[in-house]
Amino acid sequence: MHSILKRTAAAVAVGLAFAVPAKAELTGDLTIFLDTSNPAPRATMEEMIGRFGEKNPDLNIEITVIDREAYKTQIRNFLTANAPDVATWYAANRMRPYVEAGLFEDVSDLWAEPEIADNLASTKGAMTIDGKQWGVPYTYYQWGVYYRKDIFEELGLSEPTTWEEEKANCAKIVESGRACYTIGTKFLWTAGGWFDYLNMRTNGFDFHMDLAGGKVSWEDDRVKQTFANWKELIDMGAFIDNHQTYSWQEALPFMVNGEAAAYLMGNFAVAPLRDSGLTDDQLDFYQFVKINPDVALSEDAPTDTFHIPSAAKNKEAARAFLRFAASPEEQTIINNGKNLGQLPVNAQSSVDDDKFLQQGFEMLSSNSTGGVAQFWDRDAPAEMAKVSMEGFQEFMIKPDNLDRILSKLERARKRIYK
Amino acid sequence: MTATTELSQAEPESWFHRNQQAIAPWLFLAPGILFFLVYVIAPVFQSFNLSLYQWDGLGEAEYIGLRNYEDLYYEWVDRDAFYVSLKNNLIWLVLYLLAIPAGLFIALLLNQTIWGIRLYKSLFFFPFVISQVVVGLVFTWFYDPTFGLLNQFLGLFGAGPINVLGNENLVTYGIILAGLWPQTAYCMILYLTGLNAVDPEQIEAGRLDGAKGARMLWYIVLPQLRPATFIAFVVTIIGALRSFDLISVMTQGGPFGSSRVLAYYMFEVALSEYGFRMGYGAAIAVVLFMIMMCFIVYFLWSMYSEEKGH
Repeated sequence: MHSILKRTAAAVAVGLAFAVPAKAELTGDLTIFLDTSNPAPRATMEEMIGRFGEKNPDLNIEITVIDREAYKTQIRNFLTANAPDVATWYAANRMRPYVEAGLFEDVSDLWAEPEIADNLASTKGAMTIDGKQWGVPYTYYQWGVYYRKDIFEELGLSEPTTWEEEKANCAKIVESGRACYTIGTKFLWTAGGWFDYLNMRTNGFDFHMDLAGGKVSWEDDRVKQTFANWKELIDMGAFIDNHQTYSWQEALPFMVNGEAAAYLMGNFAVAPLRDSGLTDDQLDFYQFVKINPDVALSEDAPTDTFHIPSAAKNKEAARAFLRFAASPEEQTIINNGKNLGQLPVNAQSSVDDDKFLQQGFEMLSSNSTGGVAQFWDRDAPAEMAKVSMEGFQEFMIKPDNLDRILSKLERARKRIYK
Repeated sequence: MTATTELSQAEPESWFHRNQQAIAPWLFLAPGILFFLVYVIAPVFQSFNLSLYQWDGLGEAEYIGLRNYEDLYYEWVDRDAFYVSLKNNLIWLVLYLLAIPAGLFIALLLNQTIWGIRLYKSLFFFPFVISQVVVGLVFTWFYDPTFGLLNQFLGLFGAGPINVLGNENLVTYGIILAGLWPQTAYCMILYLTGLNAVDPEQIEAGRLDGAKGARMLWYIVLPQLRPATFIAFVVTIIGALRSFDLISVMTQGGPFGSSRVLAYYMFEVALSEYGFRMGYGAAIAVVLFMIMMCFIVYFLWSMYSEEKGH
């Protein structure tokens, strides 16, 4: 009771302090739907919304947290039937169905404000459909190769930078009785990560985006070259066996137990790897190697975003919340090592001292000149993503079926993009 | 005499009173019929209608005639997802029926009076009580290529390891086996109750005539179990066609779509994370409905002829 009183008093005080310069007091209800259902992100979000609430004491904020996987299917129901004022989602093509159905609010006005336009410019492209912006990003994270430093040292290997070095390293790892890479393709998208990198490194960012956009044939020789590179690794026995049976989490123990040396993953893999006992001396990160020396390096960096449904009731407060979530201070806090442990999108924010975040930030800001992709299942339309990732999985198990797989994908392309 | 005059003088009965006998059953049926119409019959027609449209579930639906069915046809011709799903559905239908003889066998085994038989019966019935999701998880671990019991066991004989759920040729059979576990228990319980009703005098008579073992089972016991067999057949067919949860839990239709059945494929194209083809999903639902219709007609027909026989 006492603490509540104190907090309310504090809130009122803060509210008063901010009330003077504020344009108008935000009132009414603000409902926020979150897909950050894991304990740490959930707490982070709740704290951030708490801080927003302190600044706007007259606003009655209601938070609903939905399981991350369930959210992906529930979003179409609640956007049409029972829309919140703010909802989390993902950038790029992943938001297209909702944008095209008119379910997301156009927030180009926010992007016209210098605060956002200048500081979030790096993700403007990913938030743009039909020349308008449909949400603001609050976090993103790098992808790359996380590897067991101690195994590399034991075998006398160093971080590779070229495709030849990568393969030479892998040959030695396989020779030592390990797999080079762990992966769990049961839920398909992990194979999409490999395809992203192999294709971007073989054919470049623009080609990759054209392929995701359905502008290039899947039976193009350049696509075949990507798969030929992939096949080199598969034929070496680079990937763990039976990966089609595992989820990405179930594939972690192979790396922890030293049966596999590396994992091509997003930065979210670091936390479980640390939790299972790997120290920072054992765990390190390198950027996916160059394959075709003529193409600029480009990276996957999936961005998570806030949107305002068109059916939202309190759009004024929702816009204020989006501004708040995009601010450099908030992005610094929510992305630090104690919270999300990811990268802030706002250029004015500071990145946590964590070595992986520092390396990732460095890589994305200075060594990804080709462009930044969202991830295969966010860049390609949902249907194409599904069919193609199934094809990638099949290819990883039966590389000889490639021609059949590609002709199937080509048929799907002709149907999906019209 | 006086009585009749009194009757004729009485007020004419209300329409309801006169037709009470005829109306009452309909009144009792009304809630059921209403719900059946709203939640079963109407959606069937809605699905038919929806299957003629292209619709992402969010925006405007576009009428495209029979295009969805055409696509299904080409998927069939190309040996694509639809072909695989339909094939798997047939495998399910055929192999799931194994639950009936297996259930009968266990029921015969358990139909004796020894100390503690109730415990054994409940142990055998146990898998039917637990959720399909749990069954799926248990079997997923059982099949696990590295630490699963199956491969540990095969390892003792120097065989394996086999990755049942990761092999596109084995995966459907692996899931069916998981499904058979609870389904056998279900058939067993049906037969156990059926066996209670078997007429001991007929058994006695058969024994006097020298019938034993298989002949006794085939000519005396089984004919009396016909109603149980019929119900077991019905629930097993329905179970096979509903084989959605196990697939969803164990493989998500994988690897690369080789364990899909129509019900799962429908969910995938229409409602899953990457699915936005409501019309196409509806077209698959219509095909599934047609398959079910064959069985429904057969069930209704055999029930009808049974009623008539009595």
